Amino acid sequence: MTTVPDRPSRVLVLGSGPIVIGQAAEFDYAGTQACRALREEGVTSILVNSNPATIMTDHEIADVVYIEPLTVEAVTRVIERERPDGLLPTLGGQTGLNLAVDLSEAGVLDKYNVRLLGTPLDAIRTAEDRNLFRQMLDEIGEPVPENEVVTTVEDARRVAERLGLPVVIRPAYTLGGTGGGIAYTPEQLDEQVRTGLSYSPIGQVLVERSLIGWKEIEYEVMRDGADTTITVCNMENLDAMGVHTGDSIVVAPSQTLTDKEYQMLRSASLKIISALGIEGGCNVQLALEPHPTIAGNGQNAGYSESPYYVIEVNPRVSRSSALASKATGYPIARVAAKIAVGKRLDEIPNAVTQVTTAAFEPALDYCVAKIPRWPFDKFPSGDRSLGTQMKATGEVMAIDRSFEAALQKAVRSLEVAGDSLLWEHGSWSAISDPLEELPLHPNDQRLWALMAALRRGVSLDDLSVKTGVDPWFLYKLNAIVGMENRLLAEPLTPRLLRDAKRIGFSDTQISTLADRLPEQVHELRQEWDIRPVYKMVDTCAAEFEAATPYFYSTYEEENEALPLEGRSAVVIGSGPIRIGQGIEFDYCSVHAAWALQDEGAASIIINSNPETVSTDFDTSNRLYFEPLDEEGVACVLENERVTQGEQELFPRTAAQFGGQTAINLISPLSRRAFTILGTQPATVDQAEDRQRFDEFVTTLGIPRPPGAGVTSIEEGLAVANSVGYPIVVRPSFVLGGRAMEIVHTPAEFTRYVMAAMEEVGDNRPIQVDKFLEGMEVEVDAVSDGEDVLIPGIMEHIERAGVHSGDSMAVYPAPSLSEDDERQIVDYTIQLGRAFGIIGLMNIQFVVVHNENQDGTPAPSTVYVLEVNVRSSRTVPFISKVTEVPMVSLATRVIMGRTLKEMGHESGLWPKKPLVAVKAPVSSMAKLMGVDTYLGPEMKSTGEVMGIDTSLAPALTKALQAARLMLPHSGGILISVSDREKAEVVPIARRLAAHGYEVYATEGTATILRAVGIEVAGVPAKVSEGTEGEGTTTDLIRDGRVHAVVNTMSGNRVPLRDGFEIRRAATEQGIPCYTSLDTFRVAVDSVTGGAEAGEYSIMRLDEYVNGRPADDIRAS
Amino acid sequence: MTLIGRTEEREAFLVLEDGSVHRGYAFGEVGAEAIGEVVFNTSMVGYQEMLTDPSYGGQILVPTYPLQGNYGINDRDVESSRIQVRGFVVREACDLPSNRLSTRTLDDFLRDEGVPGIYGVDTRALTRRIRMAGVMMGIITTEGSPEEALTRLREAPDYGSLDLVSEVITASPYEWTEGPGELPPDAPHIVVMDEGLKYNILRLLRRRGCAVTVVPSSTSFDDVMALRPSGVLLSPGPGDPALLEGVVQTAGGLLGRLPVMGICLGHQVVARALGGQTYKLKFGHRGGNHPVKDLATDLVTITAQNHGYAVDPDGLPTGLDVSHINLNDNTVEGLTHREMPLLTIQYHSEASPGPLDNEYLFDRFLDLIREYR
Repeated sequence: MTTVPDRPSRVLVLGSGPIVIGQAAEFDYAGTQACRALREEGVTSILVNSNPATIMTDHEIADVVYIEPLTVEAVTRVIERERPDGLLPTLGGQTGLNLAVDLSEAGVLDKYNVRLLGTPLDAIRTAEDRNLFRQMLDEIGEPVPENEVVTTVEDARRVAERLGLPVVIRPAYTLGGTGGGIAYTPEQLDEQVRTGLSYSPIGQVLVERSLIGWKEIEYEVMRDGADTTITVCNMENLDAMGVHTGDSIVVAPSQTLTDKEYQMLRSASLKIISALGIEGGCNVQLALEPHPTIAGNGQNAGYSESPYYVIEVNPRVSRSSALASKATGYPIARVAAKIAVGKRLDEIPNAVTQVTTAAFEPALDYCVAKIPRWPFDKFPSGDRSLGTQMKATGEVMAIDRSFEAALQKAVRSLEVAGDSLLWEHGSWSAISDPLEELPLHPNDQRLWALMAALRRGVSLDDLSVKTGVDPWFLYKLNAIVGMENRLLAEPLTPRLLRDAKRIGFSDTQISTLADRLPEQVHELRQEWDIRPVYKMVDTCAAEFEAATPYFYSTYEEENEALPLEGRSAVVIGSGPIRIGQGIEFDYCSVHAAWALQDEGAASIIINSNPETVSTDFDTSNRLYFEPLDEEGVACVLENERVTQGEQELFPRTAAQFGGQTAINLISPLSRRAFTILGTQPATVDQAEDRQRFDEFVTTLGIPRPPGAGVTSIEEGLAVANSVGYPIVVRPSFVLGGRAMEIVHTPAEFTRYVMAAMEEVGDNRPIQVDKFLEGMEVEVDAVSDGEDVLIPGIMEHIERAGVHSGDSMAVYPAPSLSEDDERQIVDYTIQLGRAFGIIGLMNIQFVVVHNENQDGTPAPSTVYVLEVNVRSSRTVPFISKVTEVPMVSLATRVIMGRTLKEMGHESGLWPKKPLVAVKAPVSSMAKLMGVDTYLGPEMKSTGEVMGIDTSLAPALTKALQAARLMLPHSGGILISVSDREKAEVVPIARRLAAHGYEVYATEGTATILRAVGIEVAGVPAKVSEGTEGEGTTTDLIRDGRVHAVVNTMSGNRVPLRDGFEIRRAATEQGIPCYTSLDTFRVAVDSVTGGAEAGEYSIMRLDEYVNGRPADDIRAS
Repeated sequence: MTLIGRTEEREAFLVLEDGSVHRGYAFGEVGAEAIGEVVFNTSMVGYQEMLTDPSYGGQILVPTYPLQGNYGINDRDVESSRIQVRGFVVREACDLPSNRLSTRTLDDFLRDEGVPGIYGVDTRALTRRIRMAGVMMGIITTEGSPEEALTRLREAPDYGSLDLVSEVITASPYEWTEGPGELPPDAPHIVVMDEGLKYNILRLLRRRGCAVTVVPSSTSFDDVMALRPSGVLLSPGPGDPALLEGVVQTAGGLLGRLPVMGICLGHQVVARALGGQTYKLKFGHRGGNHPVKDLATDLVTITAQNHGYAVDPDGLPTGLDVSHINLNDNTVEGLTHREMPLLTIQYHSEASPGPLDNEYLFDRFLDLIREYR
């Protein structure tokens, strides 16, 4: 028996920081589960995360909360202060893992006697280092792709002959694999090897077996301190090897593996977790020989097992483990946390069955499909092809009893491409050779392209060879095409309708194909009694009685989700994480569900996102994993119908917490006579329809930027002329500022309108408003229709013009005058009352400073930009820093309580003795071809918070956490538009005075030199110089500049120079400021008083209370 | 929807002893009727191994995983010479399988061997019913009304009364020679008493360098001893061990004389031979995810299981100890003896289908043999 070290009593948990591509809500889910599990075990959790929009940073979850930058320095100070005896690094993604390694290497863990829990340091290193990883696998006899080091092209040919083409070429000792690639032909091989040899400083290249086209299989495995190992789930990628698993369509369990193959890979995975010595969870990725159609050899391998290779290991919980948890009902992070503090698998109860233990392997009696959600709807110019760099911001999951239905429900959940597999790109109709012309290479539209190819009669084999997608998946897609054809051709009978529903056709899809209205299909289903039943996700395929309230819809015989008795309400979640709709809405959904319970009502969550806390089965009284569309939600409401006497009662629906996804459901649900809680549909319409909104606000006497909704170019030009340029243009009903632009000339306006009409259709109105350059201010409030409580006012660092989600925001507003503040509070209360808002609201204001004719300051004007009658992105931020539980209050209000009853009255909540700065974080390095310029369209994926007792250190922390901090010395490249050249002078002067080397592009340099600022160099424009000979991008790539400020001229045409500068900076991983306002505070932060070391490190509640806690280190 | 290779679909139904009717469409041997004990298995893969596992003799099998037949049927993953189940009830039967080894479809396989199946059934509802009410007899048919079928079902003999072992075992002894390399002259010789064995037991013994002879379980003590075995393995098989007086008696003679390993039914036979009792479980253990704890090492492994009866831990004779327990319900999963060279397990160390975690038990058996020599 192994000796178990003392159980830790205080454990430091590292979060994963801001949401970025590759690290999304799954780590909030993992961290939240882990903190709760630690509490159950009597262990104090001390959480550090820089992301305020998380559930894990709530006091209900972690015992001690630090919202501080995830840097060695900050975390060291937390350790020094709190003296944890254990560190759990495996729940904070790669960020948490890397930070743990850094802390260990800095000697911090040894110094303070902090034990690394879960995954040993060696295991982290082994998993990260290619050579150590191969060595470990060799030792335990697990196969890795064969390779050989060569120094000549002839040798490379010999190796390629042995392995068979394609092969991977990796030059030795080049950074990030420069000069490498895949060779498919002998010619490519020669060329790649020659290039590789020349790139390699030691003249060596590695020739390795390519696994492109092999099946990609994943196993989620767990191990405890007693060396018991189990598999939670295996998953098969529809996209073959070559596409990042985060960008692959994934099914669980595997579909095309025999028992022998399944067990072979399972055993390999268990062997690996044991060899690594992980106590907790681990993800193992393997490649399995593809189907002979793809592999090109039809030989049976006789009795020997089919060959496979181990690809990669993640020695921690991951996106895949979150998916596996939701796919099986097995809470991996929770169990991992308990194992980390010394529990054995067989000592941990199975939360689902409550009679068995965590030492078992879930049995699924359904099929799960996951589809990634990519941001290309917002970045149409981005490179849509998929490869080893993940590009998806989020994902959806669906469950059903057939693969086709799971897949189609997942497609409905994506909120793209018309929510159905019927979607085809407009250009595909003209295609004559579908196999060659459709985008069948890995890209975000491939699933639809595969459908299009099948509709055009491309054979399964041809398609399989072309794409590497296993014939089984294509056969299933073809079954969907077959049903499409039947629905087109045959009369709609009960049997046909039922068969279509059983493979996941939505009412809308059926109506399109069978030439009816969706409502008619719905009615037919009622008439023929074809309704979904709901089955339980119980971890055990019904072998044991289970208590999980976790359900999915399917068209089968028996319904297991009988309506909840008593008062209940539905919370509509926010679906996949995407730009403009992130984790903050999950935070709101979860708190709404909890508040409903506090109010004595059963909470029912509907959501489709497997990464989230809201889809944890113990967050609500009941969880329905369903697409968030009209049919998905309405069917749940119908299923929850209870009959009381003569009356049929449906649960009421809270739709204001799930972002725009939920808001969009308000009008279809209310048309079906379902009751919406809180702000009523008519009000939502009024606030969302720009014209009606304008009219209404104007009647209240509240200033609005002048403008109008237009439906033609002529009309728009007239409006623009009358209000004066610049103007803001956008389609009505927008999400995250999508397709919004600031235009400065009639020509730009015309171009915008043409493009917008192509995308959103030419009948929808376009809003044209005067662009007001002023200070942007944002308010979140809770209204009961009578009273309006304003927890706090936030001021944006960037002037109006940058989307609020991309702006840095400061609480409390530092430069707002008392008069302006009073005005804002008054307007907010007035708007809340006048609109009759019940629940949450968010208002964006612009404060324009006026001058009297003699130049003296006059009272400013406060304009209302927009009113969002729903929860907003900043609700978690403001709730945390003011301690006003906004969602909880709003939920009680929509359930009928008044603010007065709860002890609140109208007005601004007293300001807390702290300053909190919210900073956006983008994922631009991962999205090639996307301009990083910040404008009215939102581009960031996540946010961080810097909090301190005063502004300067709070800003410093926010910049640090967002990786927008300037280095303390080095080169800075300045390239700003003419309008901003004067403004940049004092900033540049400060930089020069502090010893920075200032580089500037030609125009900027002229001004700087003219005022006596030394300019270290003037690189040539990319468009004018020769690349490699001192252009701006050379300067950046050579590492001579450490930050870039680049603003755009008024012209919205993507100028190549600016674009190249911004992309180069992003790819080089250095800060790139596209607003002078952000740049200014970044410069202030390093040149001003607040040196990096002078910030505070305190618990969140210490900041809020304005004094340090008494019980620190009370151990 | 009509399966590929079929011209029409025909409605079929499964009627359980409690009168419940579960509807679907016929596949495999369409039109044939099957009566058997209806049991469910929660493994997500391995239908070919399950179908050919003799322990399912006399039973109608319901896999809980809805998508069956995805990877087809191959020539390799067979556990006996034929399909052993009486009927197969699935949610979906894949008619265009994809796997490099596949030679035919699930539908073809059942049809080739004359076994009826039903697809399109809400197998989860069926599983829940069996879990709550316990296993019961059922009938698969395409003919007549459910009421008529129920009458036919009630006239049929009950599973518990059938001598199923004699239906599934080898008629005469044979040597298992398929396997790697030549055996040395001093290779241990294992005599496997066939009560419904799976080929993978033989493969794994042979792969461990054993000479393997299979004899029917009706073989007498003297005839077994005449083969001069180094050890005897009592195999798994179908049905109630209480009916197997002959092999229980033979086992009684072998125990203590030479190393014995008992798997599943073989384990129950050993228990009875030493004076222990067996009983019927409500709905049995069938799946590939059952956690079993080795009480000697505290190690937990995941096991493949397929049994409807279990050994009663109460009243075990002195000397016979429980060595393994099932963590789900604490039932007996293995026995050891303080004096006798004996190793028994209720689950399937040979897997196939199922996790490979427990092959080490064959090594342990061989250790016993080495020690005993």
